[in-house]
Amino acid sequence: MSLTQTFNEPALREPAFQEPAFQEPAAAASARRATARRGALALGPLASVLLGLSFPLALLLAWWGAARFGLVPEQILPAPGTIYDTTLGLIADGTLATHLEVSARRVLIGFGLGAVFGLAFGAAAGLSPAVRAFLYPPVQAVARVNVLAWMPLLTLFMGIDEPLKYVVIGWSAAIPVILGTARGIENVSPAFRELGQVLHFDTRDTLRLVAVPGAVPSIFAGLREGLANAWQTLVLAELFASFEGLGYLMTWGRQLFQLDLVIIAMIVVALAGLAMDLLLRLAERRAQPWTRGTADVH
Amino acid sequence: MSIDATARSDSPADSPAASLAPSRRATARRYGALRPDWRPLASFGALLALWFAAHHLGWIAAKYLPSPLAVVERLMSEIRTGTILDDLQETLRRNLSGLAIGAAAGLALGALLGISTLVGRIVGPTVLAQRQTALFAWVPLLAMWFGGGDTGKIAFIAVAAFQPVVIGTWRGISLVPATYRELSDVLLLSRWNYIRLVAVPSALPMIFTGLHGALIYAWLATVGSELFLNISPGLGGRLNQGSQLFEIDLLFLAILLFGLIGLGYNTLAERAEALLVRWNSR
Repeated sequence: MSLTQTFNEPALREPAFQEPAFQEPAAAASARRATARRGALALGPLASVLLGLSFPLALLLAWWGAARFGLVPEQILPAPGTIYDTTLGLIADGTLATHLEVSARRVLIGFGLGAVFGLAFGAAAGLSPAVRAFLYPPVQAVARVNVLAWMPLLTLFMGIDEPLKYVVIGWSAAIPVILGTARGIENVSPAFRELGQVLHFDTRDTLRLVAVPGAVPSIFAGLREGLANAWQTLVLAELFASFEGLGYLMTWGRQLFQLDLVIIAMIVVALAGLAMDLLLRLAERRAQPWTRGTADVH
Repeated sequence: MSIDATARSDSPADSPAASLAPSRRATARRYGALRPDWRPLASFGALLALWFAAHHLGWIAAKYLPSPLAVVERLMSEIRTGTILDDLQETLRRNLSGLAIGAAAGLALGALLGISTLVGRIVGPTVLAQRQTALFAWVPLLAMWFGGGDTGKIAFIAVAAFQPVVIGTWRGISLVPATYRELSDVLLLSRWNYIRLVAVPSALPMIFTGLHGALIYAWLATVGSELFLNISPGLGGRLNQGSQLFEIDLLFLAILLFGLIGLGYNTLAERAEALLVRWNSR
């Protein structure tokens, strides 16, 4: 969930942005090892999945029961059946697809712009100490104020149309990419750098053979964070000012007092965010074939 | 088993997130604290000069870019009339109430998830999946449940603060080094004593990381809720006012204040964290 987007310089950003993917396997694995050792709850992966699913299912059941017996008014929580019917309706008339498409386009364009800028600037900052010394701090200062606060100002300059959305989404996506790239390149093992020097690599070869491969994990961490940010900011921008898209669907549902629309939009936002993260994780595996043997880390 | 135990003993350090932390801190030091460096100051100076020049040489219409002096003047007059102070007070009150509620709930659930493996496996995946929901997607739902007034805003801030705390606490407690666990098993510590003497102290740094995240998110959510929900006194309301009435000096002032308070929170949390780490490693 990584919301957001503050350039929070490294240390401060870190708590907010740990990707679940990083921490969850560590916690899960250690839990598994611990339980295996204690012999208490040694369960297979299937049982794990079932246990994990049991809670949402129980919630769903409680929700269904509450609606069935009229414990919760429709205005507070519509029955699961209502949600299901509305979802089918939205799919059938193409509304959901339209909104999803608009949102996805905004995220992809915004993220694309932000990622390109972030990679370029991050690489410059990672490779050149001068860039880092002069340009990094101001960028950090500007980025530290969340894009949310800049939005009213940006609106004055560029209105509330698509460009605003691309810019704020790109902005929030660029920040972790800059950080990840700069840090990744800067932290490439000095031994590799020296080897490159000994072999008289020129700048291009240094980039291609030393800096980029060494920095890939960190760059991908930045990209994933950036994508999560882009998705977060999309919702923000669409809540702020928009006439289509998933965020708008929520606002609209709220105005019509149709809670089912709000909930469906939330679920779609969550699922689409998960799917995007998954895709990027697959790309990450592709980009670093050498980590495949040590899949446990991911 | 003994090999396993040794391997596990430093496992918090091998977990990727944990090993990232020191390097990030190192980077932060390199970029930040080690810096009686004139170069960033030079670029900030250049930026300020550029701002003055853009305004006074008319590169950007004064309508869009106030003079830095106008922003300072606005701050002075706002302080004199006391409006901005009231807004700040309102905003901070909301922020802290939401933070307290969210962090308390996060600590409780995180501790439960960490202490009971079974609960962790049943509820944990849902907590992680819920984290994937965009934070601001909660705004319309919470607004319908709690209204767009103060309650709705505080509820949203609490949700924002809850997420990092629950993860930090959970992770902190479940990653207690196995050697500590074994030691407490050998010492036949009761569950309560295990929690009090082993789990909590060892989990404290990560809990703190979670709280630090909560501080940042809660602040973001505070301003967001003020922008998106009913307008009421507060910094976000002023931001809106500046944008809608085209009071550009007010808009810049509100953005600056937003950034400065966020910065203040961060510094505070970093200081406290540094203090805690020193205490912890003693």
